[in-house]
Amino acid sequence: MAGGQERILRRRIKSVESTKKITRAMELIAATRVVKAQERAASARPYSDEITAVIVDLIRAGAAKEHPLLRDNPEARTAAFVVITSDRGMCGGYNTNVIRAAERSIAAARAKGLDFSLIVVGKKAQKHFRFQGLAVDAAFEGMTDQPIYDNAREIAAAVRSRYETGELASVELAYTRFFSAGTQQAVVRRFLPLEVPEVDPDAGPTADLEYEPSPTGILNEILPRYLESRLFSALLDASASEHASRQRAMKAATENAEDLKTSLSRIMNRARQDAITTEIMEIVGGAEALGSSKGGKHDLLPSHLSAEHLFPDHLDRTDHSASIH
Amino acid sequence: MPLAVELVSPERTLFSGDATIVRARTVGGGDIAFLPGHTPFVGALATWTVEFTLEGGGSEVAAIHGGFIEVSNDHVKILSDLAELASTIDIERARRAEEKARAAIQRGDDAEAEGALARATARIAAVGQLS
Repeated sequence: MAGGQERILRRRIKSVESTKKITRAMELIAATRVVKAQERAASARPYSDEITAVIVDLIRAGAAKEHPLLRDNPEARTAAFVVITSDRGMCGGYNTNVIRAAERSIAAARAKGLDFSLIVVGKKAQKHFRFQGLAVDAAFEGMTDQPIYDNAREIAAAVRSRYETGELASVELAYTRFFSAGTQQAVVRRFLPLEVPEVDPDAGPTADLEYEPSPTGILNEILPRYLESRLFSALLDASASEHASRQRAMKAATENAEDLKTSLSRIMNRARQDAITTEIMEIVGGAEALGSSKGGKHDLLPSHLSAEHLFPDHLDRTDHSASIH
Repeated sequence: MPLAVELVSPERTLFSGDATIVRARTVGGGDIAFLPGHTPFVGALATWTVEFTLEGGGSEVAAIHGGFIEVSNDHVKILSDLAELASTIDIERARRAEEKARAAIQRGDDAEAEGALARATARIAAVGQLS
């Protein structure tokens, strides 16, 4: 029935409207989070720049590159992958892109005859790989929204000891790089063995640098920090990318809800119009049928009938003015 | 010309300003002070305090839980993955942590408790209330 359809449409429009309110709110929240995440990334930069500069100085001073985090592990048959995704969805292709990039690298490692080991950050990657029946060696969650340095330390600790003991041939880091609010890219980067910045050997040691303890001693102390700092900046990048993706996805959802609302209102208005037209047709049709049964050929009900004709007795009893004439 | 000092943690820059003297303690256990014109220096820092004597008088103290210091051309950069300015240290909490750590050491939990004790002591020293 027409009226029923109208009611159903009205209910759908209401539900689309409330969905739109939610997606709009999520969009706004994500927008502020992107700004915050960018600020955090910016305030983390001095540390990572500085630590890199110190390492360059140390190597220039002739520090021995013999730390276990720097050497290859030619015996090892396992490549580890650290995959950074989000805990929550509603962020478009953000998680799928990282996971797909990671899977490509995993396939490449397998083609080389290497085993692989998964370290996942964020519920989404964890769910995905577990669903595929792959063993997840370490899983972290609850840190990608607003990562703190302790998170990086935790993850680094999970990887570092396994690399230092020679179990892992390499560690790759799959995360989403943040270029701008509009551009992010899922990348897979070599994480271990650490790539220290190349230093021109001819430059020789910088004059008069004092070290305490020796350059090699400091380098050995600083490399684990460098590892954590690189992981931390990957986490911050991933977090900014996540919020930017969510903002974009929610903006699209809000716009879609708006479009859906418009087209549903149109359908609903047409349905209502149809119902009114049908009702008029029914009244007119009914009147005509009634008119023709009274004998009149063309006249409609009102002109053909008068109150006196219909209720002569009734009028006589109540309205005396009618009987005077 | 004063020393341009920066105290940087992984999450943010904690302190940035000019100082006339910077005092720190390196891993070897020795205190070292830097004055303007010091030779370029790179060192690993122990869990202890660093003190900046500010140009306009007064000083700023921070507890450093391990870190690095680099001095070159009158720029002092201190990197620490755990650093706290004295003004942000909760002294009561540090004292409780110290007691707890001492008790743990007596029970024989060494490595971790030693670290906790060193951190608590550094915090208390930074506030200047070391007994």
